[in-house]
Amino acid sequence: MGVFYLKRHLRSKIHHGWMLVCLVLVLLMPLIIGFGLTFKSGMLFQERSLGELLFTTDWRPVAGKFGLLPFILSSLWVTILAILIAAPICLLTAIHLTQYAKKWVLKLMHPVIDILAGIPSVIFGVWGILIIVPLVSRYIAPVFDKHVTGFSILSGAIVLAVMIIPFILNILIEVFRALPDELTEASLSLGASKWQTIKYVLVKRAFPAIVSAFGLGLSRAFGETIAILMVVGNVPRMPTGVFQPGYPLPALIANNYGEMMSVPLYDAVLMFAALVLFIIVTLFNLTSRMAIIRLERNQ
Amino acid sequence: MKASGPKIRISHLSITIGGKAVLKDINLQIPEHQITVILGPSGCGKTTLLKSLNRLIDLNHQAKAEGEIFIDGQEILHDTRDVTKIRKKMGLLSQRPYPLPMNIYNNIAFGLRISGRKQKRILDRRVEHYLRLAHLWEEVCDRLRDPASALSIGQQQRLCLARGLAVDPDIILADEPTSALDPVSSKIIEDLFREMKKQYTIILVTHVLRQAIRLADHVVFMSEGEVVEQGSPQNLFSNPQTAQLRAYLTEGN
Amino acid sequence: MTDRRIRIIEEGFARVLMFLSTSTIVLVLLLIVISILVRGLPAISWEMLSQTPRGGFYFGKEGGILNAIVGSAYLAGGSTLLALVVSLPVALYMNVHLVKRVKLVNTIRFLLDLLWGIPSIVYGAFGFAVMVFLGLRTSLLAGIITVTFFIIPIMIRAMDELFKTVPRGLLEASFSLGATRSETAYRIFLRQGLSGVVTAILLAFGRAIGDAASVLFTTGYTDHIPSSLGQPTATLPLAIFFQLSSPIQEVQQRAYASAFILTCIILIISVLARIFERRYHKNRIRF
Repeated sequence: MGVFYLKRHLRSKIHHGWMLVCLVLVLLMPLIIGFGLTFKSGMLFQERSLGELLFTTDWRPVAGKFGLLPFILSSLWVTILAILIAAPICLLTAIHLTQYAKKWVLKLMHPVIDILAGIPSVIFGVWGILIIVPLVSRYIAPVFDKHVTGFSILSGAIVLAVMIIPFILNILIEVFRALPDELTEASLSLGASKWQTIKYVLVKRAFPAIVSAFGLGLSRAFGETIAILMVVGNVPRMPTGVFQPGYPLPALIANNYGEMMSVPLYDAVLMFAALVLFIIVTLFNLTSRMAIIRLERNQ
Repeated sequence: MKASGPKIRISHLSITIGGKAVLKDINLQIPEHQITVILGPSGCGKTTLLKSLNRLIDLNHQAKAEGEIFIDGQEILHDTRDVTKIRKKMGLLSQRPYPLPMNIYNNIAFGLRISGRKQKRILDRRVEHYLRLAHLWEEVCDRLRDPASALSIGQQQRLCLARGLAVDPDIILADEPTSALDPVSSKIIEDLFREMKKQYTIILVTHVLRQAIRLADHVVFMSEGEVVEQGSPQNLFSNPQTAQLRAYLTEGN
Repeated sequence: MTDRRIRIIEEGFARVLMFLSTSTIVLVLLLIVISILVRGLPAISWEMLSQTPRGGFYFGKEGGILNAIVGSAYLAGGSTLLALVVSLPVALYMNVHLVKRVKLVNTIRFLLDLLWGIPSIVYGAFGFAVMVFLGLRTSLLAGIITVTFFIIPIMIRAMDELFKTVPRGLLEASFSLGATRSETAYRIFLRQGLSGVVTAILLAFGRAIGDAASVLFTTGYTDHIPSSLGQPTATLPLAIFFQLSSPIQEVQQRAYASAFILTCIILIISVLARIFERRYHKNRIRF
């Protein structure tokens, strides 16, 4: 009896200890990642300032010139354009699915969203090359009197938009579901039509949450790598138009890992790029999620 | 308007939700300019009855309604004309206040604007009028641009009442409007109801027996989706005819 | 009256837009699947699935992508296993031991969500840093470690979402029978949520097998099937990526075929995950 008791409690103790160790490790991970990347990019700052890295445009690794601005701006162009495409589609679909659609439509859409969310980045890239790039070069660009290859910021943005749609849409559906029915009832009983209720009451009430969902989508888009890399063209210069090729930060990191050990400081600058990406994305996520939490608390 | 006939006549109303009978063959006449209290244990179909009067039952796709509801002699349940017109005839006050996500002023002005009254001068006057009617004006007149959610629960409920009155209904539907309120706010609402019945027909759903005794001109007692008894409060409470009502009365509430 | 007509037209217009948006999403999914199918299916052959690249493979000669398929399976399998060893205890700890510390658990969830949001390329770069720090070379092991970091937050959150729905009463019943917290966690909770755990594992496995950016730096690439953890390995997403950047038609064809294979794998995993999720929701005890 005593031995059994001891054994049981020893086992419990071990389990408990391991659980705690894992938890602490996981929670320290953001710090470890941040620290690791900072450490690896530290060499960079012996001769240059942070401002020089972030805000100059001269990119000549062999000459030791590492101006990241073209890449940061490319990232911003692609991401913002992607959000502009994805946002209205997500908002309209979420309203349709939660307010108008019959039950079977929602039942159909759930797996569609799930599958779309599960498709690997590289597949989106393949699809982008097969469909979107020719679409941009043959049909969209000529409308604006441009003749381009199609490997462009716009192609990247379209592919990216498709990738973040399931992500944003899932959040928005939850947001609209969480709105109290009584709010709809109150508005309808004042003589508002269904659409007026949606437009003036529901969307207005959910507005901060909607913006946060877009914020989360934005940060997700900002870090996407392989799909973008495959369609965006990858030319390191300041972006000047949506039909021009761009070179976002993640693509820069992914494209140059091969030679990073052969050029001095190249590995450090790629680690620094990853650090920048990490900080920007985490800041975006942090603010969006904080906003959502504050909203839930108020309701 | 005929003063004599009933304001609302419900005939053979049955509602099923997802195949389950929630209201069974309801026949009711609701007199004008009186407070009709619908009383009954929770889950007896009171709220469903209320929601079928202003067609909010339409929101529930699983709900199927049979029978007829006449308001001022006009059938509304199967009316295919503009449902917003029917709803505007009735102000709704729900269990908890749900102010619209806008400031105090716009909560009142919302209903006016969507029915086409957009002149600022008229809006200002109307907003003040209805806030006074709900005895809220003095408390909020200097902060009309604050979000409505900043008000206390009791104030919010009166705001919701004023909001409902602003679209000029004949009927007030109140679904346990004081259940979330403190005693003082409850009393204000009850007093308001007594004043308002001169102009409005009020239907009040409650499970608080004493509130029913205080306010009712006409009582309808429901149980398990059926109207069990109805009549004047004196008759009903002093001389219950059915076992269900007797049990309900003795169990307190 | 005209006011009302404008309103009706506006709502009709909005409803058309909403319908179009919804159909666009369905159509895009169909378009993706169909275009991969149409381009990939003709190029697929038994040889592709059953052989490793031979000499001249990258010029369109014979050989297959078995190295990448097996490599991906090793990588995803290894990292899923490793992630499970860390994730399951954490998810259980959050829902059994910390069940009364709601604020703390919510903070942990918040941090996990932040981790979940970090792009895989950042994990890749970090994994590279770890690899150099540990003195490893590009290898299956380095890849597994990197991908493990990447899928841990996904796995924990997926398990957590399911454990959250296990009723409190079950916990209290178990405690009152004299079980320790850890016993409750592993015997009661795990049994109750087993299908849910399988769902979470499948989700993480799907992520692991589909992600390319996190392993770019750490796995290396080889035409051989790795025979130990210390050897470099090919992965399916990278195989697609590399073959597609080749100018040779036949090699590109194979990229499409590889893409088709990867899509099939992902679809199967996602269907399995749904089945287990449904089973979880059907079997669990309700109070």
